[in-house]
Amino acid sequence: MMQESPLVVLDRVYKSFGALKVLDGVSFSVGRGDVLVLIGRSGSGKSTALRCIDRFEKIDSGEIHVCGRRVDAPDIDLRALRQDVGIVFQSYNLFPHLTIAQNIMLAPVSVKGMHKAAARELAATMLAKVGLSEKLDAYPEQLSGGQQQRAAIARSLAMQPKVMLFDEVTSALDPQLTGEVLKVIEALAADGMTMVIVTHEMGFARGIARHVVFMHEGKVHEAGTASILTTPATPELAQFVGTGL
Amino acid sequence: MGLNLDFSVVLERWPLFLDGAVMTLELAFMAILIGGAVGTLCAVGRGSSNRFIAALCAGYVEAIRNTPLLVQIFLVYFGLASIGFKFSAFSVAAVALAINVGAYTAEIMRAGFESIPTGQIEAAEGLALSRVQVYWHVILLPAIEKVYPSLTSQFVLLMLASSVTSQISAEELTAVANYVQSDTYRAFETYILVALCYVVLSLVLRAAFWALGLILFPRRRRLGTSL
Repeated sequence: MMQESPLVVLDRVYKSFGALKVLDGVSFSVGRGDVLVLIGRSGSGKSTALRCIDRFEKIDSGEIHVCGRRVDAPDIDLRALRQDVGIVFQSYNLFPHLTIAQNIMLAPVSVKGMHKAAARELAATMLAKVGLSEKLDAYPEQLSGGQQQRAAIARSLAMQPKVMLFDEVTSALDPQLTGEVLKVIEALAADGMTMVIVTHEMGFARGIARHVVFMHEGKVHEAGTASILTTPATPELAQFVGTGL
Repeated sequence: MGLNLDFSVVLERWPLFLDGAVMTLELAFMAILIGGAVGTLCAVGRGSSNRFIAALCAGYVEAIRNTPLLVQIFLVYFGLASIGFKFSAFSVAAVALAINVGAYTAEIMRAGFESIPTGQIEAAEGLALSRVQVYWHVILLPAIEKVYPSLTSQFVLLMLASSVTSQISAEELTAVANYVQSDTYRAFETYILVALCYVVLSLVLRAAFWALGLILFPRRRRLGTSL
């Protein structure tokens, strides 16, 4: 049987900020429908690795392939890449001057040329998915943090990406609000969405991950299925999982 | 000694004052429209990775901010004349005022652009918006909103500063006053009246910008937050 090529491939990726080596030969891949969770201490390079996938950071050497595209190529079509890849940030980054509907409609209308009426319907559908149907015409500041983050997820989903990236999306939320955001991501996983998730929530990671990459000092220190979270092979991961941080 | 004020001869020339006030507003309107656009583009240009464009924009701002308005007006007036262009005093005045207010707008808008968190820009880029679309949909309006009070003040100042264009005989309010006082010998009364006219014009302009703000920033209107 032919093996389908993975949607996201990082191959010996190196990246430094000045003298600081952030990514030190990182390799991993994410297949279609896979849920890969990146864990590690602050400064281990997991967020940088994630941002490189959407080319918010340029890598120094190595290769990154996303949906058949060479992300590290100098002539990369960024707009095409970012139509395939959705990204959600820790700080939601909803556009404060636009209503939730307008936030969601903006990219489909201006990037894909969708008609406004159709885009509004799409916005309503996406908001229903994240349980925010009644917030269509609210402004971001009228929403709680958890609601804003769910709206931000809906905004990304409206572009129908092939891969979703989540960069510590619950780190700014209290535990109660965290739950509602994680539920949305779990529903996406159940729908078969390909996802790369950077998180500090170990319980969530255990529940959702099909693959886990544990990063330590810019390297992939341990990788495998979700089982490595319960039976870690290296003392570093054991310690990391043990402390829960 | 005693103060002997007689407004009658001045007041009976009210149509002249009205014409002058209208021209002052027209001058301000043109200058704000053109200068606002020039200044905003210039603020974008100063952040450009193209060094030539960035230096050009910075040079323009510094040149204007470090020379007097009256000299700038004369430079435009005599400069255009010396290369053979003949424009009305109004056009020259409008252009000179636009160039002037453009530089100040550029500085204000630069502060506005810098106040936009990078996360906003990354979110927009992550949604595959082009550079122009990011500026247009995500940066411009929130930036203007942040500096709207400063912009309004600057534009009101410009309207008041337009009185200087009386020096190249643009027939605006101060030029009218100069003419009326020489005609009536009632200088003090004339300038009292003109001062009052400027107060009214300032209030009109502020009201106009307040109304424009309601249109530009619907969120403020809906949520009742003042600027």
